[in-house]
Amino acid sequence: MERPIRVLIAKPGLDGHDRGAKVLARAMRDAGMEVIYTGLRQTPEQIVEAAVQEDVDTIGLSCLSGAHNHLFPEVTRLLKEKDATDILVVGGGIIPEEDIPKLKEAGISEIFTPGTTTATAIEYIKENVKR
Amino acid sequence: MTTHAKNDSNIWAERVLAGDRRALARVISLLENQEPEGFHTLKTLYPKTGQAHIIGLTGPPGGGKSSLVDRMIQEIRSRGHEVAVVAVDPTSPFTGGAILGDRIRMQRWASDTGVYIRSMGTRGSLGGLARAVYATVQLLDAASFPYILVETVGVGQSEVDIVQVADTVVVVSVPGLGDDVQVSKAGIMEIGDVFAVNKADLPGSQRVVVELQSMLDLGSHDVWQPPVVTTVATTGKGVSELITAIQEHLVVLQEANLLTKQRLAREKEALLQRLTERIRCDITKQWSNKQGNQAWENLAAKKTDPYTLEEQLYLSWKGVTTVDNQD
Repeated sequence: MERPIRVLIAKPGLDGHDRGAKVLARAMRDAGMEVIYTGLRQTPEQIVEAAVQEDVDTIGLSCLSGAHNHLFPEVTRLLKEKDATDILVVGGGIIPEEDIPKLKEAGISEIFTPGTTTATAIEYIKENVKR
Repeated sequence: MTTHAKNDSNIWAERVLAGDRRALARVISLLENQEPEGFHTLKTLYPKTGQAHIIGLTGPPGGGKSSLVDRMIQEIRSRGHEVAVVAVDPTSPFTGGAILGDRIRMQRWASDTGVYIRSMGTRGSLGGLARAVYATVQLLDAASFPYILVETVGVGQSEVDIVQVADTVVVVSVPGLGDDVQVSKAGIMEIGDVFAVNKADLPGSQRVVVELQSMLDLGSHDVWQPPVVTTVATTGKGVSELITAIQEHLVVLQEANLLTKQRLAREKEALLQRLTERIRCDITKQWSNKQGNQAWENLAAKKTDPYTLEEQLYLSWKGVTTVDNQD
């Protein structure tokens, strides 16, 4: 049986804008994925714990508040602590070009900036999930 | 290969028993994906099951089931117990995808190590649950959660699979869904051990309570008269009473010697369902060959009829090996 890819869509930090996250969640559903949306204002601890409990293949982080440099690497650090680095982490939102290399260095596999189509993000996840 | 799988599942079982949440989550995925390794793990763990109180919640979409589960977690935690939740949402029959959104209402418990929450898509099941729920509940039971809450998808009238899983079924109603004829109908109104009228701060809730009570008064209840509890999930009002009613139900079942009997009946039914599923797979596989194709062509050309075909299928299934060799 072909198993669906499980995704956690999360909004870390103090950021109330989830239109993008919801649009992406819906597109992923239509692409045959099981999407767990955890809602607004999550701490990195809550996100990682939920990802482990839900046994997801991917975490999609969305951040429009400018705090990505702090919040995204915190998620990957906690995943390492939980021995869960096989979970693919991607991020999206208002993220300046110059921040991307550092985020990738911290273990975020890909960053999707404004203008990315949902199809691009979905294709990337399908090709890069680690198990 | 089998010994390898077996060793692996012993390791899974050990990790689950040691409280390793990552292992628990992974074995649930194995069960969801119907991997043999998952069931091997359950074979090892089965003797540990039978301790948990399994509580089902069912009711219409948007009735506040997830919010109520959130408050129930709070109440159970405040009484000093650990709790696991399985929350089911519908899988798209068109794409196989799903939005699993129950967790949003309970996410404040994510960092509480005494709470485990798992979201599940129905993946084709139509009775309000996913196929893997039964086995998942057994796994959580073996992992020694004393309370397991199972939330069904939002249901209408006839999705009653939850009775095959739970010791106590809570039917959640809300005001504004219709008159007293609706509560007299067969289906989910018959399966409640406890009725919760949620959103009880809204106008019309008292009418729902009265309608439910008069519906229940007409039924014959030998050992247990289902109570009607009013709740407001957004504030937590009535949730303590709800948990108490649920606990009382289990005590009554135990005292009447019904609990073990009902659990055994459920086990038997679940086993029959798995067996049926396997046989169905066998027959499908067996008839996806040349002989099968020929039969469908004959059916299309009306050279045969579906009832004769059924008879042939049944007989050839009984002699499985001879037909299997043909392709």
